[in-house]
Amino acid sequence: MIYRGNVIKYGDNVDTDVIIPARYLNTSDRSELAAHCMEDLDSTFVSRVKDGDIIIAGANFGCGSSREHAPIAIKASGVSMVIAKSFARIFYRNAINIGLAIVECPEAAEEISECDITEADMDSGVIRDLTTGKEYKAQPFPEFIQKIIENGGLMQSVANGIIE
Amino acid sequence: MGMTMTQKILAAHSGLESVSAGQLILAGLDLVLGNDITSPVAIKEFRKLGADKVFDRGKVTMIMDHFVPNKDIKAAEQCKMCRGFCAEHEITHFYDVGQMGIEHALIPEKGLVTAGDCVIGADSHTCTYGALGAFSTGVGSTDMACGMATGKAWFKVPSAIKFELTGKPRRYVSGKDIILHIIGMTGVDGALYSSMEFTGDGLKHLSMSDRLCIANMAIEAGAKNGIFEVDDITLEYLRLHGAGEPKIYSADPDAQYEKTYTIDLSAIEPTVAFPHLPENAKTFGEFGDIPIDQVVIGSCTNGRLEDMAAAAAILHGRKCAKNVRVIIIPATQQIYLEAMERGYIRTFIEAGAVVSTPTCGPCLGGYMGVLAEGERAISTTNRNFVGRMGHPGSEVYLASPAVAAASAVTGRITSPWELDKEAAV
Repeated sequence: MIYRGNVIKYGDNVDTDVIIPARYLNTSDRSELAAHCMEDLDSTFVSRVKDGDIIIAGANFGCGSSREHAPIAIKASGVSMVIAKSFARIFYRNAINIGLAIVECPEAAEEISECDITEADMDSGVIRDLTTGKEYKAQPFPEFIQKIIENGGLMQSVANGIIE
Repeated sequence: MGMTMTQKILAAHSGLESVSAGQLILAGLDLVLGNDITSPVAIKEFRKLGADKVFDRGKVTMIMDHFVPNKDIKAAEQCKMCRGFCAEHEITHFYDVGQMGIEHALIPEKGLVTAGDCVIGADSHTCTYGALGAFSTGVGSTDMACGMATGKAWFKVPSAIKFELTGKPRRYVSGKDIILHIIGMTGVDGALYSSMEFTGDGLKHLSMSDRLCIANMAIEAGAKNGIFEVDDITLEYLRLHGAGEPKIYSADPDAQYEKTYTIDLSAIEPTVAFPHLPENAKTFGEFGDIPIDQVVIGSCTNGRLEDMAAAAAILHGRKCAKNVRVIIIPATQQIYLEAMERGYIRTFIEAGAVVSTPTCGPCLGGYMGVLAEGERAISTTNRNFVGRMGHPGSEVYLASPAVAAASAVTGRITSPWELDKEAAV
């Protein structure tokens, strides 16, 4: 599967409290969560994010709480994937489980700039910055994890008979 | 090859002779936990699965603790959904207003986890029960839903970092100072994907409150879990709380560790983590006067009876500084009751503090102490991220109950050692 989009870039340790502040956790409604995504880190995010955009961030993306509302808010806001130097472990698990594409690639996370158009081929692990023409190689997921993401998450995969 | 404590528990729960770091396993679960924030999402996922019942109604627990008594209509709807689900599935351990407490204080108190157990919870601080010698880790709501339906969860077996604790902590130095010191060393991703394994002859000087506090914040170093070697202090605690038969898993002498830290507890000083990361640990003398607007003493990290006692010892006969709001939250009904019987609640109220029913409330900026722009709090909670306790322009400093109480008295971030000196003069 290939993801292509405009890059929105953040630094290290983007925590789940800034991805979706706890004051909005009195709901699990996807569109309400999306309406406040990244609010405390970047108040312009919601107005400028477009379908297919790619978030690129530094180390330990998604650190903090276990709230699945965080990857849900990102996905519901239209973001197609997150590329980071590294992910906090609960966020990593949650992203796969709800079907948000993620990949670790420190070089791409370092070098690709805000607003570059970037393409990521999740079968081969190749990430291309189409603005600069530079290519990066990430470790692709095993096939079954890719299938979970492509099917929209763990439960949907079980329902679709992808996983028994 | 030898195994760590965590690896042995995971092997035992996946029916394997041995496991090694990096291996993917499917483990049986002794307890699956959720709260009023994460359970509604899990319930929706559970229904998507088409599961008609939970794997074991005695091994699923839901605790209403984040936004209860309900802070608004939406929070009330979420609790109503959990209440309905638990009634439908006849969940044994459903804790609502009146019986609830902050989940990670309540579960050990109720004896729901014992040494050797394998536990998941849809709350990142589920790692707390490592203090009891269990493997316990935070997950998201989908994993919780799967766990409720099947009684199983998949894990990648973690590698480990060993913390060899020696020496005896000085007066007023508690588990909180120790874990803030450790996170200051490792950084917030220093233990990413790993287990933090605590051992050494310093353990005998650490109470269960200290250990629960340390294990609670393992996630703030990025760890999958934190775990303590089981000793007589653990066994006595488990016995007193009517926990199940403990199974003790000790690390093999040839277990592999990515790294070993030796920590002299007697060298640790009262420690404060500055905004906006728990790794920004500083000791007194490294900073000047920092005036505060609010003090919070409570949470799953520091809302236990020993924490109430530490705060009461400092606040007894003293007054909270003018213009400082001091909010004290015993973590469970039992702790509240005992704090009342011991006179701590009177001490708090006479000092000018407010005392609340158990709730996570202010820790995550929910309610019961939300900060305005530019305001500053010292808090015994576990996170000081941007906007964690309210406005993104507010600040949270993390510290122990003793430091928080001393700061309440002076109105600026203060070491309890400083108050002692004044008292001696």
